[in-house]
Amino acid sequence: MTEPLLDTQLLEVNLGPQHPSTHGVFRMQALLDGETIVKLKPVMGYLHRNHEQLGEGMTYIASFPFTDRLDYFCAMTNNLGLALAIEQLAGGIEVPERAQYIRVIMSELTRLVNHTAVIGFLLNDMGAFGTPLLYAFREREKILDLFEMASGSRMMCNYIRPGGVREDVPEGFLERASRIVAEYPRFLDEFEALLTQNEIIRQRAQHVGVLSKELAINASITGPMLRASGVDYDIRKVDGYGIYPRFAFRIPLGTVGDVYDRYYVRILEMRESVAILQQALKEIPPGPSISPKGLQLVKSPRTFRPPKGAEAYGRIESPKGELGFFLASDGSPQPYRYHVRAPSFINLTVLEDLCLGHKVADVIIILGSIDIVMGEVDR
Amino acid sequence: MDQLFVVLKSSVVQLAGRWLPEGALPFVSMGLTIAAIAAAAPVIMMYLTWLERKIIARMQNRLGPNRVGLYGLAQPLADGLKMLIKEDIVPEGADRLVHSLAPVVAVVPALLVFAVLPFGRNMIAADLNVGLLYFLAVSSISSYAIFMGGWASRNKFSLLGAMRGVAQIISYEVPSVLSVVVVIMVAGTLSMGGIVEAQASRWFVFTPWGFVAALIFFLSGVAEVNRTPFDMPEAESEIVAGFHTEYSGMKFALWYMAEFLEAFAISAFTVTLFLGGWQGPAIPLWWVLFGSVCLVATARTIPSVLRVLGVVACVGSGVVAYLANEAVPSWAWFLAKTYGLVFVLVWFRGTLPRLRVDQLMGLAWKFFLPLTLINIASAALWVAMPGPSGGVLAGALLILSGWWLIRLNNPAPLQPRTYLFVE
Repeated sequence: MTEPLLDTQLLEVNLGPQHPSTHGVFRMQALLDGETIVKLKPVMGYLHRNHEQLGEGMTYIASFPFTDRLDYFCAMTNNLGLALAIEQLAGGIEVPERAQYIRVIMSELTRLVNHTAVIGFLLNDMGAFGTPLLYAFREREKILDLFEMASGSRMMCNYIRPGGVREDVPEGFLERASRIVAEYPRFLDEFEALLTQNEIIRQRAQHVGVLSKELAINASITGPMLRASGVDYDIRKVDGYGIYPRFAFRIPLGTVGDVYDRYYVRILEMRESVAILQQALKEIPPGPSISPKGLQLVKSPRTFRPPKGAEAYGRIESPKGELGFFLASDGSPQPYRYHVRAPSFINLTVLEDLCLGHKVADVIIILGSIDIVMGEVDR
Repeated sequence: MDQLFVVLKSSVVQLAGRWLPEGALPFVSMGLTIAAIAAAAPVIMMYLTWLERKIIARMQNRLGPNRVGLYGLAQPLADGLKMLIKEDIVPEGADRLVHSLAPVVAVVPALLVFAVLPFGRNMIAADLNVGLLYFLAVSSISSYAIFMGGWASRNKFSLLGAMRGVAQIISYEVPSVLSVVVVIMVAGTLSMGGIVEAQASRWFVFTPWGFVAALIFFLSGVAEVNRTPFDMPEAESEIVAGFHTEYSGMKFALWYMAEFLEAFAISAFTVTLFLGGWQGPAIPLWWVLFGSVCLVATARTIPSVLRVLGVVACVGSGVVAYLANEAVPSWAWFLAKTYGLVFVLVWFRGTLPRLRVDQLMGLAWKFFLPLTLINIASAALWVAMPGPSGGVLAGALLILSGWWLIRLNNPAPLQPRTYLFVE
């Protein structure tokens, strides 16, 4: 190799914590050779708010409003994860049929909200001037209105409780939900017409940020990101929590594991969510929305004292991956240890491996395709 | 109507002639033209921002600016005022002089190119015999401005943006200039007025070589003025605001003005070089005015008082135009075509994501450049063999080479993906 005639220098650039595309206060220390990434170090912790420690200082039920703020796009699924953990810790609280259906409906609506918004953000990162994002937000708004109907809040729902849900859904909710779900495939078609075959998107996203099957498994990646790499693992199928085994749905798997697959697997997952929702909305039975034992636990949280040494780990397939809540008891009304396994955080660990050798522009869309919410990463 | 502005100007000059000596009159005439362009440019820029925001808002299910004035029409004024009273920040350690100079260096050439632009019949400030060359030379000064701004800001994002900007502008300059060569070959002149006259019988865009050249010229222009999908130098999601990250207040407004004026200029020059300039079919003016009566009368968003006034004005001027037997004036044709292309620019912005740096360079060097060279050969065929056989040959050459270049640049065309479904 000949000596280069010009001296070149590597450029160290801080992307974030104040940056338009880091999805919150996230910092990437990048070492650039021209435009190519030589080294990249994610720096987290700017949004740390002591979530776990706070949870250890209050009763089990009191943590629910805080879980809303973990992944603020998916309050419903966060609630569900904690509820499952508490139910397990209490030695199994039965959940009435209707509440089970409401949980599934809320979870899948949350998945629609999350995936729609994420694709919108991804396209914004790719440089589309807001159009896909605003289309996505238009649909998201409709579902948030549903959440408001049921829980009184659009984003901070605080709705699912151990043993059921806080209250039954109001009158007209199911009809409205059915209507929105029936219209959703049309929106997805429209969205895809704009994006899926777009030459620029394919050029930008295909073979960028390829995550191999082996690395995905070794780094314990979960969620759509894992499935885009072609690993068949969905906790709704593996654990079959709640009443998921009753529904007919398929798990889409990608083949390459690049940004494009992560985008398209999410689209396909939304279509499956629509199928689940249609079944659930058709079959939902009348009945109570919370079991007596659950109601008692909610009404007087300090009487809930699990035996010393009891442990529980409740996990669900949140839109971002495996969301787990670990609870350990020391016999008091507060948990001895409360830990959240946040999918955003663990999926983010492979960021450097995905980015090396790519351009600055690719880093942004790789980050967008991982789908992080800083509230969950930093807790 | 057609010569409205020309007559207006000459009458003012005549009026001035009563008091001023004969020798001063050319200067008065020049001063008037300069004043008109200098006054029109900021207005064009301000209302381009308004137009862009409105159109994009429509595309995105929004309303766009609608608080300040009717339909937000006063929004640009409010924005200008805000820019004016904002604090002007020069970053610590920045090169103060170059930092302040850069936006000026950007705006001046953006204004200068309007000198050779034929806005209508006899409406050209300076019909230079090297007008086209002048335009190409002056418009490429903006790369200096971008690099000055990015370098002097002492910010890594600015520097990255500036490097991207310079690389991009220089790369796209080449296909842009080469695509114009065919126009010179066929029109036989570099004067902008002459080029428009040469399109009297057929607009250049309706020939095979003209179509390709117009496409390449316009797209290269989009790249040179850093607009989506080629807005790498100021890619918001990647490098914050690129070369103008550290600019605020009026300096930022100047960058913005330069950018919008260049966008307008690119549209205007594409119109002049390929779309027949100010020429258009001789449509009687009263057709248009009476047609707009229907539009105004049915526009439900307009307050009814204004609607009535608008209808009365349209009918009145339509009758006058009918009696005077006026055709649609040339400057109206020019503006309509130019704003049509400006709409295309905004449409791009509302629809397309951004390319990546290497893909952008690849497009310029691997696709546009060879295609423009072949295009020159095709235009040569057209000139050498007048008649249908030359046209067929030129068209076939372009289609074949275009197809070949696409094959060459895409050895493995992007395949549709397959997705597995598991139960």
